[in-house]
Amino acid sequence: MEERAHSAEHTHLQTHHHHSHTASSHHERGHHLLQVSSLSIGFRMYDPDAPYFAAEQRVSNVIEDLSISVHVGEIVAVVGASGSGKTLLADCIMGLYEPNALVTGEVWFDGQNMGADSLATVRGRAGGIALVPQSVSHLDPLMRVGKQVEGFSRRGEGSARAARRVKLFERYGLDESVGRMYPFELSGGMARRVLLCCALAGDPKLIIADEPTPGLDLDLAVKALEDFRAFADEGGGVMLITHDIELALRVADRVAVFRDGTIVEETSVESFASPDLLKHPFSKALWHALPEHDFSWAGAVEGSMQQGFGACVSAGGEKPSSVSGKEEA
Amino acid sequence: MLEAKNITFGYPGTKPLYDGFSIAVEPGERVALAAPSGAGKTTLCRLLAGFERPWKGDVLCDGQPLPRTGTCPVQLVGQHPELALDPRIRMSRSLEEAGEVPNELLSALGIRSEWMRRYPHELSGGELQRFCIARALAARPKYLIADEISTMLDAVTQAQIWSFLLEELDRKHMGLVFVSHSPALTKRLATRIVNVTTGKTTGT
Repeated sequence: MEERAHSAEHTHLQTHHHHSHTASSHHERGHHLLQVSSLSIGFRMYDPDAPYFAAEQRVSNVIEDLSISVHVGEIVAVVGASGSGKTLLADCIMGLYEPNALVTGEVWFDGQNMGADSLATVRGRAGGIALVPQSVSHLDPLMRVGKQVEGFSRRGEGSARAARRVKLFERYGLDESVGRMYPFELSGGMARRVLLCCALAGDPKLIIADEPTPGLDLDLAVKALEDFRAFADEGGGVMLITHDIELALRVADRVAVFRDGTIVEETSVESFASPDLLKHPFSKALWHALPEHDFSWAGAVEGSMQQGFGACVSAGGEKPSSVSGKEEA
Repeated sequence: MLEAKNITFGYPGTKPLYDGFSIAVEPGERVALAAPSGAGKTTLCRLLAGFERPWKGDVLCDGQPLPRTGTCPVQLVGQHPELALDPRIRMSRSLEEAGEVPNELLSALGIRSEWMRRYPHELSGGELQRFCIARALAARPKYLIADEISTMLDAVTQAQIWSFLLEELDRKHMGLVFVSHSPALTKRLATRIVNVTTGKTTGT
């Protein structure tokens, strides 16, 4: 692990690498809590068009030259298209790579340059990084969920962890009997809450939340986000990866719009009040696509944003289309 | 008409989720199911699609019980696509489970040809969900059950896929039963809302 200090570029605290600060966030000890710089992730794969035995390996890049940072006391929302590499980014910060992934770039956590090995030593630890995974398949199917939240403890601290688990379960409306259940017995929303409890129980410094709210009804989702807010205000940092912009805007300090493997726009939450304040066409398209607004996807296609949807532009015609279920009903 | 008549169902060792619950869905209707988390929305979806059999009561599609073999006229798209696809077979083979899949369907859902050769772990949640929707529609169902199908999609893709699904529902005169935690989306889509705990219906 390299012990280089990461303070040199932060002498001017408010004017550096193209982001602004909110009142609550700051650079503790002169560095970011998390900084990812010029990260690229590619996958080695065999050329699918070549004949079977003659196929050469090539690299298909998924994330290119991505930089993002999280300060102490701050929630950064990463919103973006599905399939743009949001989950890959989360996995990368946790040091979890597919065997055929090629990762370049730097991840700094709490002033230290991290490699895959050193990331493995901080994940899930007190004062380290915790992940709220996107998929409920991250729960161990053969272990009671109460035990999964408590985790394995050293002698003497077991009761403290159990007490913490009971408190978290109570907060999220999970009955005590849920602790003795296995993951397959849980509903989607319950499993999601258990994953949240797992991350909060570990007393981390940074939480990477990868789509933490699907399957939660509005009250619970808001409660979860309020907990993230409280966690950040107490000196933690949260990277909230989500497509639920409305929810993200309620608690986040900054919003990074993610598309096709890179950040296209980093903006303050206030910019999402109106599409005119947003710069990038994809951010505007996201705003218009919300069910609360126009529920339309025409802007995204006209701006030739969705390469994969080329076929449906010709099929669907040029007129702007939006869903008008109410009129038909 | 898709009906559940006086069904009683629960899981072993727990008290029943519903006792004598009934719901009927006409073709062309879009019915939202509402209930708090853990109250049995997903279980009701599974019952309607024939994945579970009720303890008491019947699930009937056009007056007939759901077939135990062959293609079911009620197709379910679930809330966890990563658990709904066989991890050990390529996407093209998963799609073949439903028979012939028209190319228009694939392009309308934004499924790219290069994804066909991949395994489920090589695709994102939103991409997998499109395959699940394509697979369900390719089976030519009379009723589609959509359990939180767009929660893992970004807003643009969500709007796009729902606008396609609504067209498709209209064209084929299918009925839809869906679950969503987003009140805004429910308001956009539903022709009526059924509360799973009380059985009461409200308009939108």
